[in-house]
Amino acid sequence: MAAICLKVKEKTEVTTTYFLFLRKRSQTAAAMAKLILLLLKCILFCGTVYAVFEDQVGKFDWRQQYVGKVRFCHFDGHMQSSKKVLLATESNVFAALNTRTGEVLWRHVDKTGPEGNIDAFLQNGQDSVLVVGNGRVLRSWETNIGGLNWEVVLDSGSFQSTCLVGQQGTVKNVAVLKKTAISLHYLSNGHQKWIENLPDSDTVDYQTVYSGGNGEVYVLGVVPHSHIAVVAFSVDDGEILKQSSVEAPWLSSIPESCQIVDQEMLICVDSTTMSLYTLDLTLQLQMNQIPLQSLELEVDPDFRPSLVSHQPNPAKQPLSEFFLQLGPDRYVLLQFNSGQIVMLRDFKPALLVSFATTGEKTVAAVMSPKNKTVSIVFNVLYYVAPATQASTINLYNAETGRRLLDTTLIFTMDPNGGKPERLNIQAFLKKDDSVGYRVMVQTKDHALTFIQQPGRVLWTREEALSDVLTMEMVDLPLTGTQAELEGEFGKKTDGLMSMVFKRLSSQLILLQAWIAHLWKLFYDARKPRSQVKSDISMENLSRDEFNLQKMMVMVTASGKLFGIDSKTGGILWKHYLENIPSNAGFKLMVQRTTAHFPHPPQCTLLIKDKDTGLASLHVFNPIFGKMSHVTPPALPQPILQSLMLPFMDQDYAKVLLLIDDQYKVSAFPSTKYVLQQLQEMAPTIFFFLVDSSQGRLSGYRLRTDLSTEQIWEVILPTEIQKIVSVKGKRPNEHVHSQGRVMGDRSVLYKYLNPNLLAVVTESTDLHQERSFVGIMLIDGVTGRIIHEAVQRKARGPVHVVHSENWVVYEYWSTKSRRNEFSVIELYEGMELYNSTAFSSLDRPLVPQVLQQSYIFPSSISTMEATLTEKGITSRHLLRIVSLPKMFLDPRRPEMASEQSREENLIPYAPELMIRTEWFINYNQTISRVRGIYTAPSGLESTCLVVAYGLDIYHTRVYPSKQFDVLKDDYDYMLISSVLLALFFATMISKRLAEVKLLNRAWR
Amino acid sequence: MSRHWIGDTLASDGLEAEFNGLSVPLEHSFELDDVAKFQLRGSLMLKTGREPSVSLNQNQLSEEDRTKLKEVAAVDGLYRIRVPRVFLQADKQTEWQTEGHLTAFVRACAMVESHLSDVITLHTDVSGYLIGVSIVTLPGACRGIEVEDEVDLEVFNTTLSIMAPVNAPGPETALFIQRMEQEFEKKGKNPQEQKSFFAKYWMYIVPLVLFLMMSGAQDQSGGGGGGGGNGGGR
Repeated sequence: MAAICLKVKEKTEVTTTYFLFLRKRSQTAAAMAKLILLLLKCILFCGTVYAVFEDQVGKFDWRQQYVGKVRFCHFDGHMQSSKKVLLATESNVFAALNTRTGEVLWRHVDKTGPEGNIDAFLQNGQDSVLVVGNGRVLRSWETNIGGLNWEVVLDSGSFQSTCLVGQQGTVKNVAVLKKTAISLHYLSNGHQKWIENLPDSDTVDYQTVYSGGNGEVYVLGVVPHSHIAVVAFSVDDGEILKQSSVEAPWLSSIPESCQIVDQEMLICVDSTTMSLYTLDLTLQLQMNQIPLQSLELEVDPDFRPSLVSHQPNPAKQPLSEFFLQLGPDRYVLLQFNSGQIVMLRDFKPALLVSFATTGEKTVAAVMSPKNKTVSIVFNVLYYVAPATQASTINLYNAETGRRLLDTTLIFTMDPNGGKPERLNIQAFLKKDDSVGYRVMVQTKDHALTFIQQPGRVLWTREEALSDVLTMEMVDLPLTGTQAELEGEFGKKTDGLMSMVFKRLSSQLILLQAWIAHLWKLFYDARKPRSQVKSDISMENLSRDEFNLQKMMVMVTASGKLFGIDSKTGGILWKHYLENIPSNAGFKLMVQRTTAHFPHPPQCTLLIKDKDTGLASLHVFNPIFGKMSHVTPPALPQPILQSLMLPFMDQDYAKVLLLIDDQYKVSAFPSTKYVLQQLQEMAPTIFFFLVDSSQGRLSGYRLRTDLSTEQIWEVILPTEIQKIVSVKGKRPNEHVHSQGRVMGDRSVLYKYLNPNLLAVVTESTDLHQERSFVGIMLIDGVTGRIIHEAVQRKARGPVHVVHSENWVVYEYWSTKSRRNEFSVIELYEGMELYNSTAFSSLDRPLVPQVLQQSYIFPSSISTMEATLTEKGITSRHLLRIVSLPKMFLDPRRPEMASEQSREENLIPYAPELMIRTEWFINYNQTISRVRGIYTAPSGLESTCLVVAYGLDIYHTRVYPSKQFDVLKDDYDYMLISSVLLALFFATMISKRLAEVKLLNRAWR
Repeated sequence: MSRHWIGDTLASDGLEAEFNGLSVPLEHSFELDDVAKFQLRGSLMLKTGREPSVSLNQNQLSEEDRTKLKEVAAVDGLYRIRVPRVFLQADKQTEWQTEGHLTAFVRACAMVESHLSDVITLHTDVSGYLIGVSIVTLPGACRGIEVEDEVDLEVFNTTLSIMAPVNAPGPETALFIQRMEQEFEKKGKNPQEQKSFFAKYWMYIVPLVLFLMMSGAQDQSGGGGGGGGNGGGR
């Protein structure tokens, strides 16, 4: 409070000088009135120093919006000029992208989990129909602006399939097939036209619904390895028109092996009998077997063949042409012609195929690998990039299989990306009535690439970033010249002369760099402003003055790693790790920072299969994303725990210890030097393991032979409570003050135990009267329970932040039905036990524990403490709130006394109001934040914050305001002109005084 | 919080016949090769019920053990203790015992240098299960002081306590409302202090503003067109 007051005072003084100065210049009334206004405004503005000014929007912060891995994709095709592509994703997002730029036009984020899961997506003209949440809801969206047309809740039952139903050339209805019933809805308002129960639904597994626009809706079901059931409903009233069953003992799933082509013709493929089967749905007599051999085709061994067909208009019959996939890189285009199957063209090799329709024309697009052009790129860093691979996409006439001229498109695969997975073709008619197209390629690393002929990439979206699991921020390296200077001090002394020479040469290099910089400035000044906009590239990556620009290394669930510039959000490198198990857990560790020139920085990613516990290591350079030449050790045993030791090997890489399920320890890097060091330090290396299924916390000590021994054990009975989280402190945090100065000028020392763990438990009994949240503070070395508290009538999810001498946790109070915060602070008392060093083994006294709780008016998804220690940053559903730690202080008194006022303690208030200026992301909504990462910068006042989830948001926060930076609207001109004016005024008055003296002397 | 200090429970009051509760072995281990071999150190008398308490009945260290402890201390070995996991609320003997032990350790040298003065704390959870044990010595440091007198290492000087979790406070709304009411009453009494800044100092502000406006108006009429142009410039 006092600080703000002081600031106001300063500001007024400055403004008064301003005011006087201007008064000299022009003494007009208008100016005067303006100035008074200005003065008042200044005072008013001083109160809101936290907030961002309008012109600062986007200056220090950026946001990137993602949609997730694409599941369904449709091009908005009702107008030729449309620039939209509609996507439904596995992250339960429905969005429209601008096809020219790749930006999100609009986006709807549904609930996470199966409740918001998008089951099906149908597109008709301007309307998009979605089935959501396993057939719970049917929604229709207007695609132009993304507005909701209607929404209906469907009857319960698990969703099977859906299709659009047309009659006489227009689509009016949508059919939804559930396990036991089929319903028909109007497309215009969602109202149910009719609903019918399916016959024999307890024995028949109904899987597909189909309509060819002739007034009938076919429902196809299967009794596995027995027969197909076909039921035809009338579109008008839902009456069953026909019902029959056809023998098909080889069939188990219709969507996997069958498609409908031509006029109600069901075509299936079976790999055991190597045959195609056809069934006319209107006659429903029997399956007609056509052996593949008769077509002179053969399926690759161990490959399950599949079919691809196309229905350009839901009110009309599908094409009679279809693709049959015979192997991983072989497709054939077949045609069904009056009971006969004719082969049109054999595509080998072909990676992906797709149909596309524009107007009346339908084309087939085929992607095939180009003759492998192996180009090996030698990089500066002892590293050979993998060969880039190119593929070509060609269009073929769907009816004849003839290749269309001038339709070749080259798709160059990113060597650091995944293989292409799906083709989405946007076809359009050119002015000369030929077909042109653009293509959106989906690759295995969840990236979308939009390409125009003849291979120009319009945009790329890295949707893997919608699922960031963990991240680190790494300082950028120094520039060559800076490093040169640093290196001068790092090397051994050679003698006087050589030292002098070295110094001179490095000074010369600096001068050279400075001149080059000046020249560049001069050169850039002549260019228009927009072009100068510095584009960050690998070459000019270097640390800025205050270390505000960093490299964000992000690890995503798809196994793709990204290096992102924290200033602009641009992706500087990416690397796709193939063969990542789907349930992998990642742990990213910085082994060597950029501070050890000329050794490159080094990050290690531990990838662990959560089921088997088997792990592997990926070692890379976080600045360039290149794999390190250091070969990581093979890990044959499941890994239980990994920890970074604070000591380094001779190459300044921190040592990583891995503990396997035999409690054996392996080190990485495991050079002789490291092993020797480890042996020396073994008795001082402790670690702990948590087994939450058994409620067991156990401590281990390293032995000199790198085996381990258990030294303590704490067991929480699992029938009462379960361990939900264990939080230690961040190893890189700095504590600025050892204690707090009290009102009477004595010091209350903090209990700063770096080994302290906060263990949070939740009761297994969830009854609202008996449920509780337990919090235990345990020393990780000795296993000593420092404090044990129970929050009664409370429930999770509990979010914990543990830093310095305090633990803050948030829980749900079942009694009062609200979110509450509780803070625990630990103090040693008025005297320090051993002020020189902290050892868990020698700290016999129990610290004083203070605790206070508050009501928080909003729910929280994740919390993190800022690394410049003044504030804790918490988040709620959509926005990020930065909450000063000052408000979470168990020493806040009931009544404000003289002493507590001197300590700057705010009187206790049970409710923590969220002030609007605490929202650090102002009106930039961030969806589904999963984690917040904070990193210190070179400025003490500034902390970098990254929130990641579906979106990524980066900004700077100033927990104690910008006390060490001049504001960016600081008026240099004014200050210098005031100074100059004063200088001249003194000169002139001096001169005048002299003249006056002279005159007086003459008199 | 239930914290019962039962200090110095040595053999002096060994009459525990009327003691109503469980007797649990306290075991210790100190070996040169650091492979735990637990031996009986004494027995803990746990009083069950709402407010559990504990007392300790322990043996003296034998001559052999004393020398071994000093040897272990010389190589910086560990002195470990363990207690079985028990449930303090159960009535019957059969119910309280569960599998496994809770272990803790302290450096053997600290044990020697403190002349066997240790502080053992037993921690229970909400329902009375023993979840952890901790041991520290007073003083806790190892300074390498030689303990000459063998007698110092004969008898344990143990401070024993049992601790249940404390109840964490919830938000204190009632007190806050009370305080707010008090303040409200106080304010009601003397409305004099409630005046705003403007209400207090209007007599200074109004003449100042008037003066400025007057001087400005004069200036404008005198300055004419030129003055106006000048004014627009700033």
